[in-house]
Amino acid sequence: MKITILDYGAGNVPSVERALQRLGTGTHRTSSPECISKAKALVLPGVGHYAALVRALDEKHLRAPLIDAIQRGVPFLGICLGLQVLFKSSEEASELRGLNLLPGAVAALPPRVKLPHMGWNQIEKKGESSLLSGIDAGAYFYFAHSYAALDSNDTTATCSHGAEFAAAIEQRNIFAVQFHPEKSGDSGVRVLQNFLRLVA
Amino acid sequence: MSLAHRIIPCLDTDGERVVKGVNFVGLRDAGDPVALAARYNAEGADELVVLDIAASRDRRPTFLETIRRVAAELAIPLTAGGGIRTLEDGRAVVRAGADKVTVNTAAVERPALISELSREFGAQAVVLAIDAKRCSDHWDVMVRGGRESASRDAIEWALAGVAAGAGEILLTSVDRDGTQSGFDVALTAAISGAVTVPVIASGGAKSPAHFAQIFREGAADAALAASIFHDEVQSIHALKQFLASNGVEVRLSC
Repeated sequence: MKITILDYGAGNVPSVERALQRLGTGTHRTSSPECISKAKALVLPGVGHYAALVRALDEKHLRAPLIDAIQRGVPFLGICLGLQVLFKSSEEASELRGLNLLPGAVAALPPRVKLPHMGWNQIEKKGESSLLSGIDAGAYFYFAHSYAALDSNDTTATCSHGAEFAAAIEQRNIFAVQFHPEKSGDSGVRVLQNFLRLVA
Repeated sequence: MSLAHRIIPCLDTDGERVVKGVNFVGLRDAGDPVALAARYNAEGADELVVLDIAASRDRRPTFLETIRRVAAELAIPLTAGGGIRTLEDGRAVVRAGADKVTVNTAAVERPALISELSREFGAQAVVLAIDAKRCSDHWDVMVRGGRESASRDAIEWALAGVAAGAGEILLTSVDRDGTQSGFDVALTAAISGAVTVPVIASGGAKSPAHFAQIFREGAADAALAASIFHDEVQSIHALKQFLASNGVEVRLSC
């Protein structure tokens, strides 16, 4: 099955695409509403400013087809900002609305630690997770962000940097990770493999 | 559980081949960037930095092709830079596959470059490279490959760069670079203590003890080296094992 990658201009789109292709799957980059409506599986990579992602979704008229696809049960993987946009809002741009598909909001990590939270950190699994299947306790993943979901109900793994936050989320067909699986070595490859297995 | 200290090999290139200066002069060829990138990715490097130290305009397409080929080998983050003067330069490097862009001389001359890049790619993608040299009671910012003083205090410039939107500082000690006499602990501790963003220490690394020292005493978040890795004086895996057994948190890949 071909994976549709939402390309809104984020810097990590090529590396996500490459990582998926290395696993032998076909990919299709798009920023067209029609292609999103037809997608069988969606990946939303994101990195940078929350506002850039939300504005791009609205300017390219992708918000409605994206919400519709996710609500129809199309498997979705959000990466970094692609996780954050699932909530109703983010403190990074509080005037903008997120997709509001998950309860909760995205907040700034507390400034008592160095920010951005950049580098390799360990995650702690919380309960069952198909996306994190086969990931060892204490596995490291690469993070690069200053905002996070601090109060999500659907957290399957947490990470801590100044505060505990959602490192991975699962709710029915919605999968999302705050870290960058495309930059997280073998552990990241495993997560992407798991997603491909889930959509197959 | 906490953030691991990062080990970052650096490929100084002439756009196409890896070269490494000793005190920034006297370049010699140290190999093919794509082969080295693949090796470091496999050995457990936490990130990779690729710099175009020649940074000549007509060689730029060659460097972008090098970034593309290096990025294709990596499952870890890639930082690229050298001669980035405009937002457009930064965009080209990101499009070629870099996760972060490093700026140096041009940012000293026009700090707005930092904000422009930060607005477009986010602070996490903007690495301010500072070459610092001891000058009586402070450290001077050096530009043009460490050759000229910008007559600016390094700590003050680091703070200004972070305020402008840099998400990380790549701090090179011009005094130590190429000497293999150890990182500059005082410089790194001073900058790391002053700024709120991660600091990558660079210049002077040789032994595993140098790395342990810069993490413990220099408060570095990451440490960068070039020739000791290229010449296989030090393997990344063995270095990380040494650090782990000395109580420094690192990511050990299996």
